[in-house]
Amino acid sequence: MASSIFAALTGDTDESRSDDESQRRSEPSARTDGGTVTDGASDTTTAAVGDDATALGRLRRSRFLESLPFWGPPALLVFFFVYGAIAWNFVISLTGWEGLGSPDYSSLSTEMYAQLLSDPSFAAAFQNTLVLLVAFTVLSLILGLLVAILVDQKIRIENTFRTIYLLPMSLSFVVTAIFWSWMYNPSNGLINEALRGIGLDALTQAWLADPQFKLAAIIFALMWQFSGYCMVVYLAGLRAIPESQYEAARIDGASTIKLYWRVIIPQLRASTMSAAVVLVVFALKAFDFLFVLFGVNPGQSADILSVMMYRVAFDRIQWAYGSAVAMVLFAMTLGVIGPYLYVQYRRGEL
Amino acid sequence: MSAADRLQTTIAGLDRTRIALYAVLLAMVAFYLAPLESGFMTAFKTPDGFRTTTPFALPPLGEFTLSAWGTAFDRLSNGLLNSALMAVPATVLSALFGSLAAYGLTNLSWRGQIGVLVLFVAGVFIPYQAVLVPLTQFWSFVDLGGRIPLAIVADNEGLINLSITHVAYGIPICTVLFRSYYATIDDEMLEAARLDGASAATIYRRIILPLSIPIFAVTLIYQFTQIWNDLLFAIVLVSNPSNQVVTVALNQLQGSFVQQFNLQMAGAFVAALPTLVVYVLFGEQFAKGVAGD
Repeated sequence: MASSIFAALTGDTDESRSDDESQRRSEPSARTDGGTVTDGASDTTTAAVGDDATALGRLRRSRFLESLPFWGPPALLVFFFVYGAIAWNFVISLTGWEGLGSPDYSSLSTEMYAQLLSDPSFAAAFQNTLVLLVAFTVLSLILGLLVAILVDQKIRIENTFRTIYLLPMSLSFVVTAIFWSWMYNPSNGLINEALRGIGLDALTQAWLADPQFKLAAIIFALMWQFSGYCMVVYLAGLRAIPESQYEAARIDGASTIKLYWRVIIPQLRASTMSAAVVLVVFALKAFDFLFVLFGVNPGQSADILSVMMYRVAFDRIQWAYGSAVAMVLFAMTLGVIGPYLYVQYRRGEL
Repeated sequence: MSAADRLQTTIAGLDRTRIALYAVLLAMVAFYLAPLESGFMTAFKTPDGFRTTTPFALPPLGEFTLSAWGTAFDRLSNGLLNSALMAVPATVLSALFGSLAAYGLTNLSWRGQIGVLVLFVAGVFIPYQAVLVPLTQFWSFVDLGGRIPLAIVADNEGLINLSITHVAYGIPICTVLFRSYYATIDDEMLEAARLDGASAATIYRRIILPLSIPIFAVTLIYQFTQIWNDLLFAIVLVSNPSNQVVTVALNQLQGSFVQQFNLQMAGAFVAALPTLVVYVLFGEQFAKGVAGD
């Protein structure tokens, strides 16, 4: 009895426990056929198991009640403000509310979503959101990994390098947008000045005004801000790989490139996962960055769903339509995060 | 051997790949610092000076001026105060709630905790746009501004709403950060305390909290940065201009002086100063924290 409670406390899996119990329960019934001698013994077993099960049930109940004051209040806030709000947002998107008076809840329809599908500006924003999400995430991961491999080469003042690379992450999008609007300034900005400085005058552009470069310029600036984060995550991942693996590959005569491509990078999967998820979260917040640079109208070449949502809901005051755009953005997030959460859950890493 | 010869042999003695390695690392330092450097230099120039000097160099002595810094500070000081009033309590509360939730969901295991935990973790990834309209509606009905007296600013309409909103949206990430830390705490130690008759609350106060100091540091730094840096909730939830937080004020400064880059850059540094200071003081700890060392 004592041992089973201990197992429950230390988080022994529920599956194995209940299997154990059902096995022990079935035992006495099989034995009763055998004779009277074992009867007494089986009775005590049954009684013990009965005690055990109720004790466990009591324990679970008491654990629930005991833990409730700790997670209950935060959960209440999260369920109300996050999940309640999303559910409410969905209801609003079904009302067709135009912002005057209060929404009419008597006739709900999916009209807003139908309208979205035939809206060319939605299609553009959707595509740009995907491009930004994928390009920003992949490029930041690649740059972060390359820098992490360099920093991992037993260099001096490693901490200084690491701190400098991570520094942009501490800045707000508002601040970085202002810095990059200056970097990209067509006449005096550092990027065009540098291009002129090395004789590449032909390559100078009005980076943030030209539809051809706008989105790429945004992605590049975001990469500047967050690739340092990938570097730190990868560096920790690299440090977790035992030295013997490098040596074994060297003895086998593998080249450095092969060593990383075949041996090291595959083992960094967990680092890639966790860094990618964080990048996706920041990519979804890129609204701040675009809003500072372009206001609510970044133009079709750089419009993304988060900006479109704000423009529709808060600039044009079409609440229901804006809510529908927000639901699409939410669904997109779920599409990325859902599989991640599932994998984490299956691996027991939640 | 002359000094030049000696230098040459020293360089020759260094591994060439090491030199290349440091060169690339320094180039990366330049890449990450260039926008800051260029902005910093520009902030010391006159409104016309940035047109005539190179963007990464200080202006000639005669044109060096601090006027942009003065103007930027004047324009942003109220926003800085509002941001501090909003962000400091929100940071502390969200970290505390996250710590409590992580304890309740990790160290006090009960059936169904994983389901609650999944909802907390998923909450980290919610795009704010998905809740913006309901939040606007909710806070227009329930304005706590006039009801909770705040000594420093008499009229705090919107600021408290914003602060509470940040607490709610900060709890998920704080819970995740604390949870990964609490999962490593030895259960047997907590069991021993329990056998000695300690209640869950006592265990939290006497064992968990003292052990949490490093993770509290990381969480507070991260949360402070996130809340201080937010723009979206702030523009939607605070309508009164005198209650604007610093990111909103900075955005307006940028919008109203489109071609005054010196003023914009000085403003960016003034607004970023608190998080930069926090980062410079605790950057290494933060780097360790985000990497999960």
